[in-house]
Amino acid sequence: MAGPVDVKQAYLADHAAFLREDGGPGWVRALREEGIRRFTARGFPTLKDEDWKYTNVSALTQQGFRRSGRVAGIPRAALAPYSFPGAVELVFVNGHLEPGLASPHPVPEDIELGSLAAAVEDPLSLQAELGAHAPSDRHPFVALNTAFWTDGACLRVPEETVVERPLHLLFVSAPGGEPTVSHPRNLLLFGRQSQATVIESYLGLGGDPTFTNAVTEMVVGEGAVVEHYKVQREAERAYHLGTTQVVLRRDAQVTDHSVSLGGALVRNDLNAAFTQPGGALTMNGIFSAAGTQFVDNHTKVDHAHPQTTSAQLYKGVLDGRSRAVFHGNVLVRAGAAKANARQTNRNILLSEEARVDSIPGLEIHHNDVKCAHGSSIGRLDEQSVFYLRSRGIDEVTARSLLVFAFTTELLSAMRVESVRERVAGLLLERLPNAGALREAL
Amino acid sequence: MGAPMLEIRGLRAKVGDLEILRGVDLTLHAGEVHAIMGPNGSGKSTLAGVLAGRPTYEVTGGSVRYEGKDLLAMRPEVRAREGVFLAFQYPVEIPGVSNAYFLKSAVNSIRRHRGEPELDSADFVGLVAEKMKVLGLDEAVMKRGVNEGFSGGEKKRNEIFQMAVLEPRLAVLDETDSGLDIDALRVVAAGVNAMRSPQRTILVITHYQRLLTYIVPDRVHVLSAGRIVRSGDKGLALELEQKGYAGVEAAGA
Repeated sequence: MAGPVDVKQAYLADHAAFLREDGGPGWVRALREEGIRRFTARGFPTLKDEDWKYTNVSALTQQGFRRSGRVAGIPRAALAPYSFPGAVELVFVNGHLEPGLASPHPVPEDIELGSLAAAVEDPLSLQAELGAHAPSDRHPFVALNTAFWTDGACLRVPEETVVERPLHLLFVSAPGGEPTVSHPRNLLLFGRQSQATVIESYLGLGGDPTFTNAVTEMVVGEGAVVEHYKVQREAERAYHLGTTQVVLRRDAQVTDHSVSLGGALVRNDLNAAFTQPGGALTMNGIFSAAGTQFVDNHTKVDHAHPQTTSAQLYKGVLDGRSRAVFHGNVLVRAGAAKANARQTNRNILLSEEARVDSIPGLEIHHNDVKCAHGSSIGRLDEQSVFYLRSRGIDEVTARSLLVFAFTTELLSAMRVESVRERVAGLLLERLPNAGALREAL
Repeated sequence: MGAPMLEIRGLRAKVGDLEILRGVDLTLHAGEVHAIMGPNGSGKSTLAGVLAGRPTYEVTGGSVRYEGKDLLAMRPEVRAREGVFLAFQYPVEIPGVSNAYFLKSAVNSIRRHRGEPELDSADFVGLVAEKMKVLGLDEAVMKRGVNEGFSGGEKKRNEIFQMAVLEPRLAVLDETDSGLDIDALRVVAAGVNAMRSPQRTILVITHYQRLLTYIVPDRVHVLSAGRIVRSGDKGLALELEQKGYAGVEAAGA
């Protein structure tokens, strides 16, 4: 009988085996050991932990997940529906880079983009950055990722370099004959005055339960402009936990688009910290769930410096018996004069049984700041439904149109057209009579 | 005179437990413009809403025949496709749905219903351009969300613009004059007058006589406490202006 303690013990035992197989260079090995120590000390979260109050992870603590290995034989054509034309793509299957599945567009010569496992072998190591930002001391799944990661992407954009093509990191969960886990780990470093767009996609090819436990650390240099997407569309029996940690240096401009569509349980942590004055962060989020799906977005923004700006808008559409959590936290520290923070979460419930817990939060320790937050949970506006019907549009189409319209401001903020259209298509697909709405794009 | 365009008999309707329409009788023929006037709470907007099929209202008695068919049995969208149009007193803002998409969908749902081919984007632009000009609407608004950020006057002009594009056979204008300054009122009235035709019936619902100096009705009816208490020609509107509703109701009793 597997209980929480057993599963934790299983991870510990497996970690010893993991280090014997693939410990990596000394400093990486030390990092992994520190990860497992922290995971051991902290253990799995329970509903008694404030940050996990609404998020029941017992599905992950009561069954074991085998470390997933390489899966050969996935044809590139099978990934076509998930790929973005024009993007430079790296494909990771079960956490392992598959060079054979990369896109026809080569990595531009003026940047470094490739396997993190390979990059850490470099003597000019990534020691100062890898694991330095994501909170493995406070987040047990970040600790678990730090202990077990096998690969992921390492990106270094040099100073004053503009990367024209979007960089797409495609993470595929290909289930084996039993529940499997992968721990993708990405390190994205953007030099001073550089500019780039990075898309992370997480998808599943169905079948047995999969557990993806991803961590991305992003360091955005002075004056750099970065657009980052996370598109999560894993399979019905997928569990996804992901932490994105963003560091903004002076005047860095970051736009993050978070899209959560798939999976049985999805928990995203987006943490951002301004470590110098003058940065600006936009956080846009769309989550859509149905059936018995559960999706949880936790965001934390740390304004420690003057003239820093953050603007957040997350919107959720919940149908069936699905549940969602939005937990936002903006901390404006004493030194953050002229900080400007906005945080908004809006939700539409399409069924009686769907539920959202929305907990926006501001913590302000400076007077000379502008901060606002808001949250709403409602149903489709019946006045709007009637208005559309009164012009001849049938009720089903009217309702679908209004649900779609709820998310369009977030879609239009996506600058990469192929991503915007793909996400719009995925949102439409979930709506009755979507065919009639195609033109609304 | 042929068969009526709209024949309302003993119409009763309520919201929740509150009965608002208490036996309305009204007959409109093609080509006519009728005005319904009445004090606040008399049931004017309820009558407009019931004709368009607003789900908030429950019809508890009576009948409405539109071109000989049972209007009350039709879903709101079917009424629209059959040629019934309601200009809303409070048009709804729908961010995220462009005016162009909205109106093109409306036009094409009506055309499909009539067995006519759908309009493509080029046809649609041709259809709306001239009509926008008449209503003083800028073409840029077609890309904006439905009524999004429109002033009160722009919303009302947009209603009449929609009417001009959809070309209904029965148009019900619910307090289209409320909140309009005199210039906007003239524009809106000109838009409505341009729609007058022997095939079309227009029902103007208003609280004030002012609109009726610009849209001159064939018949004026006074609605009070959920019933038509007096009917007359356009002179009745002037009488109302002078005597007030209380005086006219007393005279009609």
